[in-house]
Amino acid sequence: MCLGVPGQIKEIYEESGARMGKVNFGGIVKEVCLEYVPEAQVGDYTIVHVGFAITRLDEQSALETLKMFQDMGVLDEELNPTAEADPGLHDNAR
Amino acid sequence: MKYLAEFRDGELVQKLLTEIRQTVTRPWAMMEVCGGQTHSIIRNGIDQLLPPEIELIHGPGCPVCVTPLETIDRALAIAAQPNVIFCSFGDMLRVPGSHKDLFTIKSEGGDIRIIYSPLDALKIARENPTREVVFFGIGFETTAPANAQVVFQARRQGVRNFSMLVSHVLVPPAIEALMSSPTNRVQAFLAAGHVCSVMGYWQYEPLAARYHVPIVVTGFEPLDVLSGIHRTIVQLESGRAEVENAYSRAVQRQGNIPAQQILNEVFEVCDRQWRGIGMIPQSGWALNEKYQEFDAATRFHVDDLHTQESALCHSGEVLQGLIKPNQCPAFGKECTPRKPLGATMVSSEGACAAYYNYGRFIALESIPG
Ligand code: SF4
Repeated sequence: MCLGVPGQIKEIYEESGARMGKVNFGGIVKEVCLEYVPEAQVGDYTIVHVGFAITRLDEQSALETLKMFQDMGVLDEELNPTAEADPGLHDNAR
Repeated sequence: MKYLAEFRDGELVQKLLTEIRQTVTRPWAMMEVCGGQTHSIIRNGIDQLLPPEIELIHGPGCPVCVTPLETIDRALAIAAQPNVIFCSFGDMLRVPGSHKDLFTIKSEGGDIRIIYSPLDALKIARENPTREVVFFGIGFETTAPANAQVVFQARRQGVRNFSMLVSHVLVPPAIEALMSSPTNRVQAFLAAGHVCSVMGYWQYEPLAARYHVPIVVTGFEPLDVLSGIHRTIVQLESGRAEVENAYSRAVQRQGNIPAQQILNEVFEVCDRQWRGIGMIPQSGWALNEKYQEFDAATRFHVDDLHTQESALCHSGEVLQGLIKPNQCPAFGKECTPRKPLGATMVSSEGACAAYYNYGRFIALESIPG
């Protein structure tokens, strides 16, 4: 029950004095409470847990993280092209 | 789906695994605190892809698993009352109480409703003004803002037939309890990403310093988990013990301030029993004085609770990382998700259920039953 799922905000409105919205989760649209992401705009990505947006997803930061993963090991390979590039699945005896 | 596919990229997973293999030189044991991460690790086979030096100890971060038996029994007693509509997240329904579970109460005629959002419970209360609507408010810091908001709204809207049975738990005191236990084997923590989305991670800085233990804020997709493990290993190998954020797209140091404001408005810190673990001081949230009238535990007087745990269940040791689920003699035999003996076999985030659902039947060694 503790999972948070990322989705994109499609619509923002007010209901019984609370900031609510529609969020699209890969095709499934649900009503979500947006009280905790007052700065979020339509089009932003957010993480939703039990019907509440708990944080805005920072796109810039997501891209930087992915770039960092992509760059991992690149320097090793360039400096040492014979080093094992892909050892395949590690044989784990546990 | 944006931000999902990217963080499951197989090629990048291999890259990170290579990086981890090249960094690790000796055995390390780290704990992923959150059951959501346990689920992701077992489902994606991450524990089997890692070099044998790295042991992942599954932590107590599954709210369904640690909600105390006494509270489950109390929920069962309240839900059985004739004028009550009892609202709960779905995975609480199969959690074994001393004698029954919520499903049994439902089949015996109890009005139990599975809800997706706590706001649904408030809506049900508004629509049924002559009934008492009770919401089972459990969870870690991730769920707390939702549960707090619904009590806040109930008070503001004057919905008096609504109440909440509260059993909230907090991560930092659990880390503290684990680290000060004489049986502790944990050398580093992957902190639960979404707990930190709400609370931030400044709270962990004194813990990292006091116990000299690296704590890395970690997300849930395969790349997030591996990135958290990688950063942890780099720290362990170099003798550092700091708080790092490996989930920066969803977590900031200060956390979610508007959420924290509502939490402060509605809750106060209290001592809390953890099922299978025992009492951890200052490890929970209860409704504060201002919101007392919405506390189901005081609204419904339930006495005569005689709690009794299954004699076969070792979930306490599982929750403390002392054994792996498949080392429990009842695992997959007397105990399955269809007929769980312990709460850790119920929720998909419980370690026993994760091991069962993803076919981890072979244990290194079983412990004597
Ligand atoms: S397998 Fe079942 S009986 Fe064993 S510890 Fe897990 S929940 Fe308890």
